[in-house]
Amino acid sequence: MKLTLRIWRQRDADSAGAMTTYEVDGISEDMSFLEMLDHLNEELILAGDEPVAFDHDCREGICGACGMVINGQAHGPERTTTCQLHMRHFRDGDVIDVEPWRAAAFPVVKDLVVDRSAFDRIIGAGGYVSVPTGAAPEAHATPVPKEAADLAFEHAECIGCGACVAACPNGSAMLFTSAKVVHLNVLPQGAPERESRVLGMVSAMDEQGFGGCTNTGECAVACPKGIPLSAIGTMNREYLRASVKRR
Amino acid sequence: MTEYTRYRTGDPVADTKAPDGPIAERWDRRRFEAKLVNPANRRKHTVIVVGTGLAGGSAGATLAEQGYRVVQFCYQDSPRRAHSIAAQGGINAAKNYRNDGDSIQRLFYDTVKGGDFRARESNVHRLAQVSVEIIDQCVAQGVPFAREYGGLLDTRSFGGVQVSRTFYARGQTGQQLLLGAYQALSRQIAAGTVEMHPRTEMLDLIVVDGRARGIVARDLVTGAVGTYFADAVVLASGGYGNVFHLSTNAKNSNATAVWRAHRRGAYFANPCFTQIHPTCIPRSGDHQSKLTLMSESLRNDGRIWVPKAKGDTRAPADIPEDERDYYLERIYPSFGNLVPRDIASRAAKNVCDEGRGVGPGGQGVYLDFADAIRRMGRAAVEAKYGNLFEMYERITAEDPYEVPMRIYPAIHYTMGGLWVDYDLQTTIPGLFAIGEANFSDHGANRLGASALMQGLADGYFVLPSTINDYLARHPHDEVPAGHPAVAEAVAEVTGRLERLLAVDGDRTPDSFHRELGELLWDECGMARSDAGLRKALGRIPELRAEFWRRVKVPGSGEELNQSLEKANRIVDYLELAELMCLDALHRTESCGGHFREESQTPDGEAARRDEEFAYAAAWEFTGTGTAPVLHKEDLRFEYVHPTQRSYA
Repeated sequence: MKLTLRIWRQRDADSAGAMTTYEVDGISEDMSFLEMLDHLNEELILAGDEPVAFDHDCREGICGACGMVINGQAHGPERTTTCQLHMRHFRDGDVIDVEPWRAAAFPVVKDLVVDRSAFDRIIGAGGYVSVPTGAAPEAHATPVPKEAADLAFEHAECIGCGACVAACPNGSAMLFTSAKVVHLNVLPQGAPERESRVLGMVSAMDEQGFGGCTNTGECAVACPKGIPLSAIGTMNREYLRASVKRR
Repeated sequence: MTEYTRYRTGDPVADTKAPDGPIAERWDRRRFEAKLVNPANRRKHTVIVVGTGLAGGSAGATLAEQGYRVVQFCYQDSPRRAHSIAAQGGINAAKNYRNDGDSIQRLFYDTVKGGDFRARESNVHRLAQVSVEIIDQCVAQGVPFAREYGGLLDTRSFGGVQVSRTFYARGQTGQQLLLGAYQALSRQIAAGTVEMHPRTEMLDLIVVDGRARGIVARDLVTGAVGTYFADAVVLASGGYGNVFHLSTNAKNSNATAVWRAHRRGAYFANPCFTQIHPTCIPRSGDHQSKLTLMSESLRNDGRIWVPKAKGDTRAPADIPEDERDYYLERIYPSFGNLVPRDIASRAAKNVCDEGRGVGPGGQGVYLDFADAIRRMGRAAVEAKYGNLFEMYERITAEDPYEVPMRIYPAIHYTMGGLWVDYDLQTTIPGLFAIGEANFSDHGANRLGASALMQGLADGYFVLPSTINDYLARHPHDEVPAGHPAVAEAVAEVTGRLERLLAVDGDRTPDSFHRELGELLWDECGMARSDAGLRKALGRIPELRAEFWRRVKVPGSGEELNQSLEKANRIVDYLELAELMCLDALHRTESCGGHFREESQTPDGEAARRDEEFAYAAAWEFTGTGTAPVLHKEDLRFEYVHPTQRSYA
C-alpha cells in the first residue's frame, strides 16, 4: 500500500520542530508500524536525507522503548505498543500523523525520541523493596494469597512506555506511579515500606513536572498493558492513609 | 583457503581459580580463600558495569549495597529496558518444592548434559547451588511469581528435563525479574552509590599496564566521546545473536563491548555455540526486522506436527489425524515435545527440508493446542498462555485457539562469549564478564529457563564475591587521564566514527547487516558444513571491504545519530562473524547447538567427538582478518560422565 506520512521532525531539544510530509510506497500489511518507518528510513538514507529518529528495542511489546502518537492516539488505533501495531490496521492511501509523546515532563530529544528519565526518578523514590542481596528469607516462608499475587502481577505488567502520560490532557503520571505502588503495597514483602513508598513516589512525581489527575481516564485507555484505572484510586487511598499515619 | 583459516594453536588456557576437592564444597572453598575488602575501604573502589540486564542490573545493585562506588552504563534510555525483559518462560531453581526428585545434583547434571558436555563442571555446580538463593531474593523483592491457591509458588517443567523446577510469572518472567533488579538498582542510584549513564554506549576498553582500567563511551544524545576510569570493569552487555540480523534479540542488542574487549586482549570462547530456538514466529517477508519468540513453555501443552505428505497445502483442520506426523513424539517418545532446543530445532529443519513444512515458503511447523483445549478447557489454556496467544494473533492475524500456531526456529541465544575463569574474570586482569556476555555455564547448548538463572546468579551472588579478591589484591592507583593508552583508545574510537561518516557510499548500514545475517544463517546456522563455512569465510572479508567502500551514514557524530550507532555495531559483526565461522570450521564434531553435517550418527543425530574436542576453544585476537591464535581449555568430567545424549 501507499501512504502519506506527516512526521514531527525536530533536530534537537533546543530547536523548533515541524511536521514534514513523506510519501511511502510498497508497504505490506504484515509490516509492523516500526518496520514501515524502517522502510521510510532506508529510502531517506539513500536519498541523502536524515532518517527519522525513534526509540525502539525489543519490538515485542515488552521493553517499553517505543512509543509515538499516531493520528492523535498514543501507540495508535490498537491497544498495543507501536512495535506491535501492524499495517493491516491502515488502508491504502491513508494519511498518518506521527508525533512524539507530548508532555512537559518528557522533553523531546530528537524527532520522535523523548526523555522519559523522570519515570526512573519516580521509581528511585520508593518503587522497590529494600532487601539487600543475600538478606532474603526462604521463598516459602511467607505464603502470598493467590489473589494478592495476581493483583500485584496485573499492576507489575507496566512497561514504563509513557503512553499514559502522553494520552493525559494534563500530562499526569498517576497511572504509572500507582501501578508500582499497588504492585508492591498489596504484597506482604512490600508492607514495611507501604507508607514511605507512596509518599515518596507521589512527591517525586510532582517534582518531575507531571500534571495532576482530573479523572479523565485516557491513561488507562491508552495503556498497552491494560493497567486498570482503579490503580489511581487505590494509590489515592494509600496516600491518604499514609499521610494520616505519618502525622 | 584464506589466510584467516591458518590459525595457530597456542598455549592452553587454564582456569587457575577453580578450587579442587569435592564439587559441592568448591564454591564455599573459593569464597573462603578469596580475599575480602574491608567495608570501610570499599567506597574507595570504583567498579564500572556495562549493561543493566539481569546480570548487570543485579551486579550493579549488589556491588553498591556492599559499599563500592559503581558507575554503570546502558545504551537504552532507561536501565529498565535491557533485553532480559523479553524472556518469557521462567527461571530454574533446584528447590524441589514438588518433591519430584529434584536436587542441586540433578540440576547440575541436567545442565551439563543439556550443554552436551562442553561446560565446566565447577561453574555449573555453583550455578545449581546458587539457584535456590535467587528465588528467595526475587520473592523478597516483590517479584510476583505465579502462585497456587495455597499461596505457595507454582512451577512448571521445561525442555530437556523431567522435573518441574521452573518458576514463572505468566509469560513475562524476564520482565518481572528484571524489574526487581532494576528497582534494586534504582534504590542505589537514588542513594548516590550508583552513577547511572543511560543512552551511553561503551565503544572501547582502556587497558593500562595490562589491567582493565576503564572504558571509552559515547553519549548517544550529544555524540560526545568520553572516558571513564575504574579499578575493575564488568561487562554485562549480553550476547551476540544479532550478528545474524534476524534474531529474537532486541534490535539494538550488540556485540561491540565484548568484541572491543576481545580486540584488547580478552579471549573469545566457543563463538560458534549459538542457540536456535525452536518456537519462533516464522518470518512474513523481506521487510522483517526481527523475529519474535513464543515461549517454549508452550511445548508443555502444544503438540508439534507437520503433514505426513510432502507439499500438503490443505488447511490444518482438513488434515485428518492419521495423515499428521507428530514427529517429536514419534522420534523421541520419552521426551516427546519437550526435547532440548537444539534437537527440536533441527527436527523442524529436517521436516521442512523434506518439503513437509507449512505456511509461506514451507518454513514452518504446527504447534497445536487443540488437544490441550479439549483436555484442560479453553479457560485453563488462556490462563496459562493467554498473553502469548494474544501476541501471536497480533503479529500473524491468526487465532491460535482456532488454528494451530506456525512456528520456526530462530537465533535466540549465544552460549559462546568472553572466556572467563571461575571468578568470571577474563584473560585481561580486572575485566569481568557476566551473564550471556561470558561463555561459562551452558556449554554447547543452554536449557530453557537457565539464562535468567545464570544472569542473576552471576550478578547477585557470584561476581560480588569473586571481584573482592581482585580488588583486594590490586591496590587502587589513579589512572592519569593523559596516559598514552587512554589517548590511543579514544583516538581509535573517534577515528572509526569519522571514517564511517566519511565513506558516503551508496548502501545503507542495514543492507550490509541483512546480507551478513543471511550468509551466517545459511552457512553457520542450524547445520554447518566444511564447504559452507569456507564459502562464508571467503565472502566475509569481501563484504567487509565493500562495507568500508560503500556504506552511507548520514548526519554527523555530534548528535543523536542512530545510523551511525548501527553502522558502528556492524563493523564489529563483520569481524565477529568471521571468528564464528572459523570456530565452527575447526570444530569438526557436532555438539549441542553446533551441528556439523560431517559428524552425525547413522540415524542423523549429532555425533560428538570427545577424544578430540572435549575443550573450550578460546581465541586470541591478532588483527582484523588475520588468523587468531587458539588456546584450548581442556574440560575434565569427574562427576557427570559424557555419554551420547539420548532423549529417545
